Amino acid sequence: MIEVHNVQKSFDGNQVLRGINCTFETGKCNLLLGGSGTGKSVLLQCIVGLMKPDIGSITFDGTVFTNNKVDIKQEIRRKIGMLFQGSALFDSMTVAENVEFPLKMLMTEMSREERLDRVEFCLKRVGLENAGTKMPSEISGGMKKRVGIARAIAPNCTYLFCDEPNSGLDPLTSIKIDELIHEITHEYGITTVVVTHDMNSVIEIGDHIIFLYKGQKLWDGNKDEILNAKVPELKEFIFSSSLVRAAKKVDDETHGGLAAATTDEAINI
Amino acid sequence: MVKSFGEFLLFIQSMLFRKERFSVLWNRTVDECIIIGVNSIFIVAIVSAFIGAVTCVQIAYNLTNPLIPKSTIGYMVREMTILELAPTITSIVLAGKVGSSIAGGLGTMRITEQVSALEVMGINSASYLVLPRIVAAMLMFPLLVILAMSLSIIGGYLAGSLTGALSAQEYVEGIRTDFIPYNIVFALIKSVVFAFLVSAIAAFKGFFTSGGALEVGAASTDAVNNSIIAILVADFALAAILL
Repeated sequence: MIEVHNVQKSFDGNQVLRGINCTFETGKCNLLLGGSGTGKSVLLQCIVGLMKPDIGSITFDGTVFTNNKVDIKQEIRRKIGMLFQGSALFDSMTVAENVEFPLKMLMTEMSREERLDRVEFCLKRVGLENAGTKMPSEISGGMKKRVGIARAIAPNCTYLFCDEPNSGLDPLTSIKIDELIHEITHEYGITTVVVTHDMNSVIEIGDHIIFLYKGQKLWDGNKDEILNAKVPELKEFIFSSSLVRAAKKVDDETHGGLAAATTDEAINI
Repeated sequence: MVKSFGEFLLFIQSMLFRKERFSVLWNRTVDECIIIGVNSIFIVAIVSAFIGAVTCVQIAYNLTNPLIPKSTIGYMVREMTILELAPTITSIVLAGKVGSSIAGGLGTMRITEQVSALEVMGINSASYLVLPRIVAAMLMFPLLVILAMSLSIIGGYLAGSLTGALSAQEYVEGIRTDFIPYNIVFALIKSVVFAFLVSAIAAFKGFFTSGGALEVGAASTDAVNNSIIAILVADFALAAILL
């Protein structure tokens, strides 16, 4: 479980995060939802330690991360896997070398054979067992995201962070990436935090959703509750999508949770 | 300016603090030696051979007094090459080739979040990415300077002989006159200092790039400009201190 306590962050006097308090639950896909410029990515960067909050603290399973000793921060960081918006694959390495990299650097006790077995397993898990020898420049955007996920889970991460995993992908590939993140979260019981503004992701994988607006947390709940949320800013955000409006109509007609309103049903409406 | 210098010193410190394992850094250093050293041999060879040749021809053109022996041309080519042209011009050429490559490479890694990926994994990105580049430059620059010295003198020999400016015997006689071995040591000390300046300044500029492709280009240009100025200032300072 990751706990965020009163995190504030400013840039040149412009306050981007205004005292965020939230909890990301273990074994769930936690979504940080919000429009552009609401501070989602800044909060994510504060959590993973790429930025330091001005005020506030972040706790990983009871261990304080912010302002702690370097050794303790390192220990926590080694449990973190992250999928970046642009995948951030090392372009001088092959796909397999990218996945092997964190094992080589962090798990020095592993033999080369063990590392290669783990790489093969991770690539197979994300459906890329035949792409190991390819360079990142030779694979598609969706495949890069899969390699990014494989690299993140290779060292048995406890916390998985995904920064807009669907950006730049077609809807079908987006759904596949969402499904993969969701499956991996439940399969390994890890704490996953996904930054997104994609309502499809909310419908597909939103076990726990936190809505940010102008640097503040305005709402949290799950995908079944979000359509009936009373927060005006959230309603404006989610119903700007015609697909969600259609899904809501199905939801009202079927009196079911949002889960009952599949994408196909919504499209038929 | 003072702030930038302070940030530069902090950057160098961050590289040395919490270093990665020796075996990892060693492998990275060997890779960088190939990129910085072996891949620069061709351009250094061409530049230094022609500089030696041109120096020889131009000295011969200016040296018209019949009382001065022609072997002086060989002597002057040797002194200019060893003391100044080989270490300084080679380093300026490498500032353009290696410096822009380091700044561009690190800048691209920064804007494509590859540096962030290393940091999230708990790897000291400055130590992993920058330290091997600086060490490799400091190992390779002296070797390239020795190559440049040799080829400049050979270039002068060929140019002098082919243009008839002086005979091969006169050139060799000049080359062997009043040789001071310390000059070689001085040139190598200069090359190590220049290597540090070029690689560290380029890494600093590239590592802290923010924005997009335009900023990566600007960082490369800044890296080359600042490295050349630093080389020239250090050249003067070293000459004043060590000679």
